[in-house]
Amino acid sequence: MKRVGLLAAIPEGSRERLMELGREVSFPVDARIFEEGSRADRFWLIRTGTVNLDIHVPGRRAAVVETLGEGRLLGWSWLCPPHQWHLGAEAASPVRAWEFSAAEVLALCARDHELDHALLTYVVEVIGRRLRAARTRLLDLYGPYGSGSDQ
Amino acid sequence: MTAVPLPYRVVGNRAETTDTRTVELLPVGDGALPAFRPGQFAMLYAFGVGEIPVSVAGLRDGVLTHTIRGVGAVSRALCAVRPGAHVGVRGPFGTGWDLATAAGRDLLVVAGGIGLAPLRPLVQAVVSMPHRHGRLNVLIGARTPEDLLYRDELEGWARPYCGVTVDRAGTDWRGQVGVVTTLLDQATFTPHDTTAFVCGPEVMIRATARELLHRGVPARHIRVSLERNMHCATGHCGHCQLGPLLLCRDGPVVGYDRAQPLLAVREL
Ligand SMILES: Cc1cc2nc3c(=O)[nH]c(=O)nc-3n(C[C@H](O)[C@H](O)[C@H](O)COP(=O)(O)OP(=O)(O)OC[C@H]3O[C@@H](n4cnc5c(N)ncnc54)[C@H](O)[C@@H]3O)c2cc1C
Ligand code: FES
Repeated sequence: MKRVGLLAAIPEGSRERLMELGREVSFPVDARIFEEGSRADRFWLIRTGTVNLDIHVPGRRAAVVETLGEGRLLGWSWLCPPHQWHLGAEAASPVRAWEFSAAEVLALCARDHELDHALLTYVVEVIGRRLRAARTRLLDLYGPYGSGSDQ
Repeated sequence: MTAVPLPYRVVGNRAETTDTRTVELLPVGDGALPAFRPGQFAMLYAFGVGEIPVSVAGLRDGVLTHTIRGVGAVSRALCAVRPGAHVGVRGPFGTGWDLATAAGRDLLVVAGGIGLAPLRPLVQAVVSMPHRHGRLNVLIGARTPEDLLYRDELEGWARPYCGVTVDRAGTDWRGQVGVVTTLLDQATFTPHDTTAFVCGPEVMIRATARELLHRGVPARHIRVSLERNMHCATGHCGHCQLGPLLLCRDGPVVGYDRAQPLLAVREL
């Protein structure tokens, strides 16, 4: 796997220790990986394929709010209370990923402060990027003139 | 280039989306304008209504093609023209994408919304001369799946990659959702050996250029198309000024090395 995203952000020694905890998993297209509101006790690094994050809308099929691709971190709700997924996730194509147990990774972080720092920094960056993307989309840039123009 | 609009006859007008149409024009009689290059624009005159700048969206077989989104009086009048009617055309104006300077390099085409229109003739030129360049990646952001332009053509643009992402999707959309920069992860290109062509709303241009710089694409190889209101289109009235640039003459396509400091300042 080429080193993009999280793997590129973690120093080499820590990366190896983290990867020892990773389990290879795969999901067929349309598989539900996790559901909104359920317990967030793991995360994934996407190796190939794409995953849709969605929000449950009563009476309708879940609305997709973001698509994550190769190298991306899937799931950060395991890191902070209430440790519940606030979105659902579904494989948009066949997905191969590394799966990590949150408890094991947090235990490793307690011993490996470099990993702890790199992981936290990376997750904050991810959240920041998704926040910026969400705000940009709120601007409705491609919408009718005046609704989103920055001029 | 003429100061007076030449009459062109409408030979085609088809719907792309609910508010956007592609109009095809041929000169009336022998009075054709000089050839347009991808990235350049024309001043289109809807008789009795007014004149606006519109990029060239296709150049095949001598037919001047424009994709127009109806947002106000003139653009709506141009969207409504029927085959056989006449419109006035001035041009060609502006700098163009300058594809020749990207020979041998990987190409990244990044479009947001109606910004795909000026990039279409560039992509068509690349696809028709596959050996002149490296890999072609086309990244398209649209508001919703229904707002996507040129649907039938996109498959042929994947050399090797053409991706679409939308801001908002209904439940039957099976593609990607998110900002256009997220598609960069799926594109294959060697950053320092890549030329990027970016067109869309200015917020999207800035976000894309920032991400490309971060990935190592040199600023002078990021070519962005900037829009300002235009009037004369001949470098005389100053309507289109951005800092030291008159965008009708020095743009609309500008290297990001020149554009970045100007876009960083809110009002110039
Ligand atoms: C170089 C250049 C190339 C262009 N290429 C295309 C193209 O290929 N297809 C296309 O559909 N449009 C294109 N445009 C934009 C087009 O010129 C405007 O939509 C048009 O001038 C609007 O005129 P109007 O009389 O229809 O509406 P107006 O009544 O003049 O305007 C309607 C609304 O649109 C806003 N508006 C007008 N122009 C712009 C603009 N340039 N950017 C953002 N908001 C604007 C106004 O503020 C107003 O809110 C281009 C503009 C430039 C400068
Ligand atoms: S539009 Fe008049 S100077 Fe550019």
